[in-house]
Amino acid sequence: MSFTLSINGAPREVDLPADVPLLWVLRDGLGLTGTKFGCGVAACGACTVLIDGQAVRSCQVPLSDAVGKITTIEGLGQPGGLAPLQAAWVKHQVAQCGYCQSGQIMQAAALLAEVPEPTDQDIDDAMQGNLCRCGTYPRIRAAILDAAQMMKAG
Amino acid sequence: MASWKTITRRSFLVLGAAFAGGAAFGAYKIAEVPANPLVPGPDGMPLNPWVIINADGVTVIAPRAEMGQGISTTLAALVAEELDVDWDQVRVLHGPPAQAYYNAGFVERMSNEPDYKLSLAQNSHNVILAALPKIFSLQMTGGSTGAIGGFVQMRLAGAGAREALKAAAAKRLGVAPDTLKTEGGKVIGVETFTYAELAAEAVDLVPGDVTLRDPSTWRYVGKSMPRLDMVAKSTGTETFGIDIVLPGMKFATVRMNPHRGGAMTGFDPEAALAFPGVEQVIGLGSGVAVVANTTWAAMQAAALVDIEWGKADYPADTPAMMARIEAAFATAPDSRLRDDGDVEVELAKGGVIEAEYRIPFLAHASMEPLNATAWVKPDGTVEVWCGNQAPIMTRDAIAAALRVGAETVTLHTPVMGGGFGGRTDPVPAVLAARVAAAMPGTPIKLTYSREEDMTQDYYRPAAIARLSGRVENGKATALWGRTSAPSATRNALARLVGFAPPGPDRATVEGGFDQPYGLQNYRYDGHVADLTVPLGFWRSVGNSMNAFFLESFIDEMAHAAKADPLAFRLELMQGTHAPSATLLETVREMSGWDSLKRPGFGRGVAFCYSFGTPVAQVQEVQQTSDGIKLTRAWIACDPGLAMDPSIVEAQMTGAMVYGLSAAVQGAITFADQAVVEQNFPDFDPLRMHTTPRFEVRVLQNNGTFGHIGGVGEPGTPPAAPALANALFDLTGTRARELPLNRTFDFLV
Repeated sequence: MSFTLSINGAPREVDLPADVPLLWVLRDGLGLTGTKFGCGVAACGACTVLIDGQAVRSCQVPLSDAVGKITTIEGLGQPGGLAPLQAAWVKHQVAQCGYCQSGQIMQAAALLAEVPEPTDQDIDDAMQGNLCRCGTYPRIRAAILDAAQMMKAG
Repeated sequence: MASWKTITRRSFLVLGAAFAGGAAFGAYKIAEVPANPLVPGPDGMPLNPWVIINADGVTVIAPRAEMGQGISTTLAALVAEELDVDWDQVRVLHGPPAQAYYNAGFVERMSNEPDYKLSLAQNSHNVILAALPKIFSLQMTGGSTGAIGGFVQMRLAGAGAREALKAAAAKRLGVAPDTLKTEGGKVIGVETFTYAELAAEAVDLVPGDVTLRDPSTWRYVGKSMPRLDMVAKSTGTETFGIDIVLPGMKFATVRMNPHRGGAMTGFDPEAALAFPGVEQVIGLGSGVAVVANTTWAAMQAAALVDIEWGKADYPADTPAMMARIEAAFATAPDSRLRDDGDVEVELAKGGVIEAEYRIPFLAHASMEPLNATAWVKPDGTVEVWCGNQAPIMTRDAIAAALRVGAETVTLHTPVMGGGFGGRTDPVPAVLAARVAAAMPGTPIKLTYSREEDMTQDYYRPAAIARLSGRVENGKATALWGRTSAPSATRNALARLVGFAPPGPDRATVEGGFDQPYGLQNYRYDGHVADLTVPLGFWRSVGNSMNAFFLESFIDEMAHAAKADPLAFRLELMQGTHAPSATLLETVREMSGWDSLKRPGFGRGVAFCYSFGTPVAQVQEVQQTSDGIKLTRAWIACDPGLAMDPSIVEAQMTGAMVYGLSAAVQGAITFADQAVVEQNFPDFDPLRMHTTPRFEVRVLQNNGTFGHIGGVGEPGTPPAAPALANALFDLTGTRARELPLNRTFDFLV
């Protein structure tokens, strides 16, 4: 079946069954591999993308439900033009293996869109669905707080 | 995608000097520099395995695999230090399977002496021991050895390239090379040349020997460098193994026998083949692969294959396995690597303290599930991409499985989304290659489901320890530890290289026998249990087991002696190993140990010397209305020379979180010969809100100058005992079993 998705500001045509999760549409159908597969059961957050600004686990969104403006890590910023969150991630040298970080950054983007100046408790609440086996949580926290300041300063 | 193969096709190569250190080994065969894998063929190009220069800049070929530990950045910094290039001119790639990339650092892991004694020695290893990694082509990432193995090798590579480039410029200018200087990727004399301009001429001018710079001049080594992979990992543009995309690629998954080692006696693919998008179901002897147009379709359909499984040759469930481990105490000890004084005489004086501890199997559970991509091409050559910790072994296993020569197989080692020891086995690469061989001409990306990743892992052994000790006048007078476990080393090496190494099994007792405690009577025995559950190397290996046993028991002894647990340890360490004692003093100060404890909080201390690096930790816990919370942690470590302090800190904290995750709630259990835990909800690590705040101090006193301890693993072992000791302090309940959530209610 053919679907047209809005991904990172551009229409993308895909021809896959309606029940294929958005994660695999992105990765296998469109070659957008920045969004990661970690668990397939919404337990790790590695596949987090934004749909109309809301963080969702793309492994749980069937293609037929992927309606709205989808933003993936590739749409947030690029190596040559980092989004404030990504710049903060680099400044705080957050990533170790880096595999979970796309999902962490997208989750953090949704948090800052909703709560521009998050408290530690806000960060705990928003980020606890995103696993990191390398244990980078403290640097993630520091980077989110720093990005919030950067975005406030404009 | 960037690859050493595409780069070398269009680049000039410059290399590094001969191994100056090699000559010191004495034997020619050993000192001989291994062939340069980047210039195959008979054209006699000089050795050149580590540095490539082209118009785009400098590419360092890192001999160790990047799985998050930052080794590619540190190895590149060592090259850049001597090569005089700006940091933004440096890129790094993993090299092909080749003997040139052997890991000299493994020498440090081949002795049965306690590490703390080795680091005190000026020259700790003998000639033959030092040569072993090279003789066996040990191109392996593990054992916290990467920076150690690369410390001299990579600087020589940079210095040799620099001198060759200077010689090329000198030739052009008709001057002596030592009249020229190098800076920012250029050779500067009366004229200035970029390295790229000189690279082709420099190839033939590589010096036989070079002198390394004095550490006082270092600009990169010992500094916190921006990691070379950081931008890519913050923008989703890093290419992990799971991200390989090839033209016409199909997507596969596997479903293997959950009764590990058992055969598949039959399967019916009909229902799977009817699933939309599925192309093939391929029998693999001990399981099936499903190939489809998406990974998801393959995974859905794999569950639909009707399979008859053969049995495994291990007991049915965890209690039966623990009984097997317990039974090994009745057998003669496999090892007694420490036997100071006479524990039996001392313990016979009476008043003996005894305790038994039990710990479970553990999975690695890297964030990136196991995967590999393989392509059998029309000309019969095989190309495979697989994040792995042992490229030569992996390539050879692929070749053996497909019955082709090793030269037919090209193996790439992409960046890994975590490893922790769990990417040593070549199984994913071999399975992908077998599926690709069944569909020649079609590239196949094979991805494990999380459930397959967790249930087809090679586990940290379960173990039981029995410890006896005696205290008198507030001091320890004897300690006898006995650990019983199936041997991860023998199990894994028998599988990987076909034989189990002879001699005592160090991993069963490391972290127990080798600690810098100056106990007059100190014995540590290992008993190896007969259990064929598939085992592997899990971050810090045996240290993760024995540090829990020993450091919990020392705490019990301290309380029996009515002594402060930190002061009790310090007393045993002073006079044995000063840098270790300093670490205990450091966490005492950092944590405010001696100040009055806050009501409702508990604190525990633990220590472990592993992989050349002593680490002390204090954990703090708090009783809240929602359960026990891990509030704060303090870590002090001493790796000797800290090559990149930011990376050292990241590894210390990450390793501690890895250890705490297992300590709080990690257990792999068996029922009906199959692993019960399937996915993160059953094997959940710590998360943002359950991870303690921490503070790290990196000291650099250990060993003589140039001693480099590992940093990837030593943060893990003290985590579990420090937490268990803190919980005792909080509740008065001594947990002698992991995970700790079997005894305590934690905030979740």
